[in-house]
Amino acid sequence: MNHDPLQRESPDRLYTVTGGRGDTDTRTLDSVTLIVSECEPVPGMQSEHAAILRMCVFPTAVVEVSAELGLPVSVVRILLLDLLDTGRVAARHPASSVQRAEGHDPETLKQVLLALQRL
Amino acid sequence: MPSNASEQRTAPTRAPLATTADNALKIVVVGGFGVGKTTLVGSVSEMRPLSTEEIMTQASAGVDDISAVRDKRTTTAAFDFGRITIDERRVLYLFGAPGQKRFWFLWNQLFTGSLGAVVLVDTDRVRDSWYAIDRLEHHRTPFVVAVNRFGPGPGPGLAEVRRALDVSDRVPLVDCDARSRESSRDVLVTLVQHVSGPVHGSAPTPASTPEDTQ
Repeated sequence: MNHDPLQRESPDRLYTVTGGRGDTDTRTLDSVTLIVSECEPVPGMQSEHAAILRMCVFPTAVVEVSAELGLPVSVVRILLLDLLDTGRVAARHPASSVQRAEGHDPETLKQVLLALQRL
Repeated sequence: MPSNASEQRTAPTRAPLATTADNALKIVVVGGFGVGKTTLVGSVSEMRPLSTEEIMTQASAGVDDISAVRDKRTTTAAFDFGRITIDERRVLYLFGAPGQKRFWFLWNQLFTGSLGAVVLVDTDRVRDSWYAIDRLEHHRTPFVVAVNRFGPGPGPGLAEVRRALDVSDRVPLVDCDARSRESSRDVLVTLVQHVSGPVHGSAPTPASTPEDTQ
């Protein structure tokens, strides 16, 4: 193991934030799964959890949470799974993750095209 | 880069999504360093592009030998993204992803479920795109190739670029100026039309620029 302080700094911080858990959960949160708060932050809550609840009053993608918190996406996934487990946030998964076999539905493609053409 | 990211984090100027938003879509713009991915994303995004990062974890290490990775410095990849609201339920996220091989661990999560990809090419460094194109073909992710014309002089024509990239005629190949909203939009339109075709790339899309014959 390498104990160079430069290499230890970031992983140590990430270890603390996630309570030492690894990214081993089999449930998946896509990078664009939309997260919505189901409750307000309460005193004593882990600061990252409280920040997420404030941020996700409106639907917010996993990568947006990651960018706002300044934490890697995989670390944010772990934090979000904590909140999902306790019902404090809801996850709106992309339709593509449910219907992958059929590909994207024509209506979605049509609406995307129309929106792009309006730009 | 970190200062850039923190600066953007302290300026949350973007409008929230509608409360009804429940279906997020993805398009990935992939290319080498400095080719203009962030510029293209920023040209069409409704918000200033945000920057974040991913670390290579054991899960993303996949089938590779993890013990070989463990002793090395943690690998991180920064990427940018922007957003376009489609309607009250759908929102399109645009990712600018580094195309180099060492960032492969990012790819799965960005490409899975995506509508498709734009390979952004700098004609001075065409070979930077080979790996990305190879992986996209392998994963059967529909893609278009856009040549970012930002340098002086006309540069090689599209037919020459197609030969250098060795991509099939069914893959749309277009010129663009990533700084231009209209031009960047046209690239995305070409991609969505390509994806919407009966079979990916069965016919050239009407929006694609005719290639020269040099």
